[in-house]
Amino acid sequence: MTHHTHDEAATHDEWLDAIESGEGFYLRSPEGDGSLPPRRVCPRSGSTDLTRELLPETGTIETYTVVHVGATKFADDTPYISAVVDFGPVGLTGIVRGVDLDAVGVGDEMTVTVERRETTDDRVVVFRPA
Amino acid sequence: MTTVRIAGVGLTPFGAHGDRAGRELFAAASLAAFEDAGVERSDVDQLNYGNFMGALAEDQGHQAPLMAEAAGLTCPATRYEEACASAGVAIREAVRTIRSGEADVILAGGMERMTTLDTGQATAALAIAADELYEVRAGVTFPSAYALMARAYFERFGGEREDLAHIAVKNHANAVDNEFAQYQNEISVEQALDSPPVATPLHLYDACPITDGASAVLLVSEEYAVTNNIDAPVSITGTGQGGDNLALQDREAMAQTPATEIAAAEAYDDAGITADDVDFAEVHDCFTIAEVLAIEGLGLFEPGEGISAAREGRTIADGETPINLSGGLKAKGHPVGATGGSQIAEITRLLRGDHPNSDAVDDATIGVAHNAGGTVASAVVHVLEVDQ
Repeated sequence: MTHHTHDEAATHDEWLDAIESGEGFYLRSPEGDGSLPPRRVCPRSGSTDLTRELLPETGTIETYTVVHVGATKFADDTPYISAVVDFGPVGLTGIVRGVDLDAVGVGDEMTVTVERRETTDDRVVVFRPA
Repeated sequence: MTTVRIAGVGLTPFGAHGDRAGRELFAAASLAAFEDAGVERSDVDQLNYGNFMGALAEDQGHQAPLMAEAAGLTCPATRYEEACASAGVAIREAVRTIRSGEADVILAGGMERMTTLDTGQATAALAIAADELYEVRAGVTFPSAYALMARAYFERFGGEREDLAHIAVKNHANAVDNEFAQYQNEISVEQALDSPPVATPLHLYDACPITDGASAVLLVSEEYAVTNNIDAPVSITGTGQGGDNLALQDREAMAQTPATEIAAAEAYDDAGITADDVDFAEVHDCFTIAEVLAIEGLGLFEPGEGISAAREGRTIADGETPINLSGGLKAKGHPVGATGGSQIAEITRLLRGDHPNSDAVDDATIGVAHNAGGTVASAVVHVLEVDQ
């Protein structure tokens, strides 16, 4: 996909914008390692030659927790499911919606989107069942 | 290279200290360390001070010179910040500086005020040790991050909440006679299991409390100790530090802590020991699962065996390798910027024989301290040995 130079390193907001518009991406090093913006250097390979690649459409829950006591900025979101989802080259952290609190499980297949927090209306990474 | 000796240690009681200012807490711990050591304050070459959230909890930055002043010192002072491992790093850098010959006497330790914040504020303050863009904004808290690690551990190695409950029970039992501990009361497995959920599978009794407190450790060179006739039978013979990706999502595995493994390997090599030589340890049990990860990362238990160590009695006071005889972060308390110094102080007292729980390790010669930052994106390990 897009080859970016130092002058056009993606920001975290651009990354959220991309996910929101259905074109989520990660940064790929020539060695095939994945990372997420903002990055100038691949944390695994050390390469500075990073290209934008489309995120796989689905990932699987690697681990999760049901958060009952949240930070102030998530107070009205509790209880919520927090999860790390394995998308292959990268892992993403976000909130799982569309699943009952007691029905979530490791290995569940998820898509990623960007929605709003209930507490502050800020954007948040959200996983929904594939 | 000189041997670094622990001339004296000082602690405040851990707990809620009301209106006491952080500077006064650190002064109290420091004065206790000077009294314990018999060292003149004017001999101190520098202060290595650990603090994490002072800018949030007390609206106080630039704390190191303030703390030097409070402790009656006129030497240079530097604050070290590595989240919950701040004091551990402050002590490690003190050890390295004395070994280099640049200093003979360093006061190291730390202080944290946390009860100035309400639970939501404290939760948010602790969360800044995580990745702000990818974890905090995604709803990750300090407890929920460890809950993610706990679930990953259960998936990989097995284990259940009751295993974790036994760790909390053990550490509370160890704290009963420790005059510096926040919780000097025993709890039952049932109480731990019945406590309210914070972030599943972790419940309230899996978590360390919110704590105020200070620690101070007076480190001196061998030559200074001899010249000044300082009685300092305990030495820091090994130091190591390791790191990892800040965000859990970027790590190879969440059921292990490579930063601890790296720090332990370096510290053991530095001291010329192996994990088999370790008699007991104070480890960073900010949550019960963290003790499991720590004792496995330190090589004291094989991966997958740490989860049941407390339940099987292997880490209790009269077990094969006592863990957290002070009560640990869980029951002694966790004023984050002071904890690394507290661990060194407790091991020193245990090895010298003047700790309430010294009888449990009366034949011990080697204790290990493990201090971790965040979700173990940083770890510091020290080996302490007592003269025979």
